[in-house]
Amino acid sequence: MADSDIKAMTADLEAVEFDETAFTDPVPLSEAKVAIVTSASLHHPDDEDFSPMDTGYRVLQSEKRDYVMGHWSPNFDATGFALDINTVFPIDRLEELATQGVIGSVADEHLAYAGNQFELSAIRMDSGPAGAKFLKEQDVDIVLLTPV
Amino acid sequence: MSTLAHIFEAEGIATIALGSIKSQIESTAPPRGLWCDFPLGRPLGVPGDPDFQHRVLATAFELLDSSEPIFAEYDVAISDDASEVLACPMPPRHDPDAHPAVDEANGLRPAYERAIAEYGNRMGAGRAVQADDITGAIEAFVRVVEGTPWKEAGIPGIPSRVSQDIRGYYETAALALSDHAPSAWAGTRWFLDHTEAGKVVMAARQAMADAGENNPIWFYMAPGDR
Repeated sequence: MADSDIKAMTADLEAVEFDETAFTDPVPLSEAKVAIVTSASLHHPDDEDFSPMDTGYRVLQSEKRDYVMGHWSPNFDATGFALDINTVFPIDRLEELATQGVIGSVADEHLAYAGNQFELSAIRMDSGPAGAKFLKEQDVDIVLLTPV
Repeated sequence: MSTLAHIFEAEGIATIALGSIKSQIESTAPPRGLWCDFPLGRPLGVPGDPDFQHRVLATAFELLDSSEPIFAEYDVAISDDASEVLACPMPPRHDPDAHPAVDEANGLRPAYERAIAEYGNRMGAGRAVQADDITGAIEAFVRVVEGTPWKEAGIPGIPSRVSQDIRGYYETAALALSDHAPSAWAGTRWFLDHTEAGKVVMAARQAMADAGENNPIWFYMAPGDR
């Protein structure tokens, strides 16, 4: 078993096509509020676990570092995250960048979705726009998207 | 991931999407995509290496300088050649009357608790099966191996989620037994190929496949290339 074998299994999955590539001009990075959105199905221990085909999202708080990997897929290594949450969710790194003034600030709340989805219409039509609304209400300027 | 990038950008939020599979991030074409050839599950590359993670982030944020959609490749790759397997000292046989996998899981409990104390329960037991019930879950899979239909074997949850908890219990324990941070997949290979519980999970999976059970019920009990 090798990482390349797993990647090869999913390499040809049909991709969602968008008619146009939306593009937002960012504010200067040093003034930007940055949030992380991950497809790693992370959640806090007391939050609802992800179901197998869960298209919703969970809110991840910056101040609580008790994130749990809730992903249903067996097809990735989880020990990197277990050793260091920043391997998937680089919250400490972002806070260091904010302290250095490289980025403006770090959002207090971030989002996690479940990446093991084959039917994306609910995310496109519902939970994706809802997540964007949630982030905009926090005045988030830039989102870093991380997979597993 | 890239779908969300398209949606967020349309709502006025700039995004940078990291991707681990080149063909996927190319085909889904997020507005700003950075392919990092790192093992699945490690999008920032190296656990416990802030400098490495910062270099990845710096490259990602550089994409914000582009005035149009952009795809880039990170210039460092981390390959997994399937050669590293964790070498964990295993507990000696304690209860000769217990199934070897059950005895093994009981013997690993102190290591599991040490790892939980150090790192927290980030991937260990608890999704479907708590640590106290891991041995009961293993016993249920033993019954499947012995011929009991899976629905009658007392598996305490959806088989894939239960096997995920057993794997998480073992890989968490391994963090306390290993003298170094394991490379990606080293813990999984150790669990599946070198532990009694891993052998039980794989045998139960095979028994369910041989019995003609629906593919999703057993397939996701282990990585898909198995």
